[in-house]
Amino acid sequence: MRQPLLILVSIYAVAVLGLVLIPGVDADGHVWHMSFFHAIYFVSYMATTIGFGELPQAFSDAQRLWVIVMIYATVVSWIYSIGALISLLQNHGFQQAWGERRFANQVRHITEPFYLVCGYGETGQMLVHALLEDNHQVVVLDKTPDAVDLTILEDQRLHVPSLKCDAGEPNNLILGGLKHPRCAGVIALTHSNDTNLQIAISSKLLSPDVPVVCQADSHEYEANMASFGTDFIIDPFDTFATYLVVALQSPCLFLLRQWLTGNRHQELEEPIYPPSGKWIVCGYGRFGKAVIEKLKKEHIELIVIEATPQAVDAPQGTIKGWGTKAETLLQAGIESAQGIVAGTNNDANNLSIVMTARKLNPDLFVVLRQNRSTNKAIFEEINADMLMHPSHILATKVRVLLATPLLNEFVSLGYHQEDAWACELISRISALVQIEVPEVWEVRINDQQAHAVLSTIKRAEIVTMGHLLHDTTKEKRPLWCIPLLLHRSNDQYLLPDDDFKLKQNDHILFCGSRRARLSMEWILLNQHLLNYILTGESIRQSEVWRWLSLK
Amino acid sequence: MNQEKVVFGFFIVLALTLNFGFFVGELDNTAHHNVYELFAVIVVNLIATILKFGDRTQMGAVLLATSLVAVLQLMAAAIVWGVVEHVMQGGMTPDRMASVVSLTGGAMLANVISVVLLIIETVLLRR
Repeated sequence: MRQPLLILVSIYAVAVLGLVLIPGVDADGHVWHMSFFHAIYFVSYMATTIGFGELPQAFSDAQRLWVIVMIYATVVSWIYSIGALISLLQNHGFQQAWGERRFANQVRHITEPFYLVCGYGETGQMLVHALLEDNHQVVVLDKTPDAVDLTILEDQRLHVPSLKCDAGEPNNLILGGLKHPRCAGVIALTHSNDTNLQIAISSKLLSPDVPVVCQADSHEYEANMASFGTDFIIDPFDTFATYLVVALQSPCLFLLRQWLTGNRHQELEEPIYPPSGKWIVCGYGRFGKAVIEKLKKEHIELIVIEATPQAVDAPQGTIKGWGTKAETLLQAGIESAQGIVAGTNNDANNLSIVMTARKLNPDLFVVLRQNRSTNKAIFEEINADMLMHPSHILATKVRVLLATPLLNEFVSLGYHQEDAWACELISRISALVQIEVPEVWEVRINDQQAHAVLSTIKRAEIVTMGHLLHDTTKEKRPLWCIPLLLHRSNDQYLLPDDDFKLKQNDHILFCGSRRARLSMEWILLNQHLLNYILTGESIRQSEVWRWLSLK
Repeated sequence: MNQEKVVFGFFIVLALTLNFGFFVGELDNTAHHNVYELFAVIVVNLIATILKFGDRTQMGAVLLATSLVAVLQLMAAAIVWGVVEHVMQGGMTPDRMASVVSLTGGAMLANVISVVLLIIETVLLRR
């Protein structure tokens, strides 16, 4: 950078000095000398090839001789300097440094709580879009972010700062806002278990209070991550296997979970009833192992089909083959089976297994694994009873953990309830909503989210759950929503009833219609509305009306 | 002997000496202050500034800052001179010359600091 500038300054100096020293002759024959002012003016337009002509007077031949030499010298040095400057701007390292700086600045100026998502693959994309839909701020780190998808990020209403870097390096995590006071969570979703592990370790060491969610698909890594206090470790295969068992034991509870954790605007799903007869599992990989482990505990008869039984250490009685062929399926006893799991890591094979199996036994309960989201259209066409898409499962689970932690608590409490309890709740919810999944939201009784309620409680008046559920437009009818769970310090109250008295810092989970959510916000924050609900009369809001009412 | 250090020191000291040369003399006497000398001071100062680019140490930053101050003051002096000669009526007068010279006096102070820093650095880092 120094050299072109030095050359430019020297050439300019020589050119200016020469012009000042060389005498000119005007029309009357008088000798004149160019002043520095005019010389700098002339050289400036000569060097940039603008060329206004000979100013302030016509030049003498001696001056012209000097100018001929200087035109070439200044123009060449000028072009050289500009070229050097532009190549510096295009330099990869320079651009990288510039991008990093911009990113760090953007992150520094975030004022709302944000999530740091490491890895912008299929799962990362789904998660980021779901979080943005719920108005959460997100920062993305990825080694090779997809150019197309990064432009999608830029179109979002909330700006998503993103940086192309190795998220496993602690410096990059700090750059992404790990130590930012507003960092609400780190999510490691890269393809490599090693990188996820590194992210978890760095996060826990650098900011122990920030929750860390990690994807892992091997038990060794899970144990390793858990050993230093990673908050949530999610294995999509284990998670799905658990869902399958829940669906088997209590279909209503499974449906309840599906409804409550659905993405906004998703349609309500129909209940499913997995059979408890004989199952055929195709593919003994990570997914097959997880499913088999869980189903075995339910004492379900299992037949495994695997192409390379020795390589994966398949159990006794495994049938060798692909499962895509009719003879292999017949050998496994497809006619007498009630369920089939197409769980290989190849989408085309999985589809083929399901189609062949259905031809042989049309009443099968089908569990289908989808590996790539680009195959969505054909997988929808197959219409499997349960679709297992790892990215989707991970994204949903992480979103629930971070955005509505109470919902996660509610679902785990629900696992200890009878199926009839869930069935009753399902029918209550289906009365609230039409086609789309219910809105799920959390309310904390604090100054920010429930100002009116808090100040009423502080005046030693009683506010109950029923008061929050008042519909203020149509009287005598509660809002279309259900309080699912109330969390108070260490106690949890499932489905609190209308008489439940609220206290400061109560954390409540609701589900219901979108309109109910908006109405409730009014009640929580508007003192007059709450008074009206509590006492049945509206207080005069302004001094004038109060004075008139006294008269 | 490091050739880069020689060139570096040469320009920084030359910037000060030329600046001093222009500055000495009666403040408002137009005969004591030569326009060519001002031109030379500006060019040498620009070169000295460019030579200081890219040094990321604390000392380098302060050196660059002093040079930038000097260039700023000298540019101001040159602009005043140009405006006086070509724009204003009456040409160069003693009071106008006084303001040009006092501006270069400020630049000289910055150049003195520059040289002092250079000497300090040389003394501290005897290699």
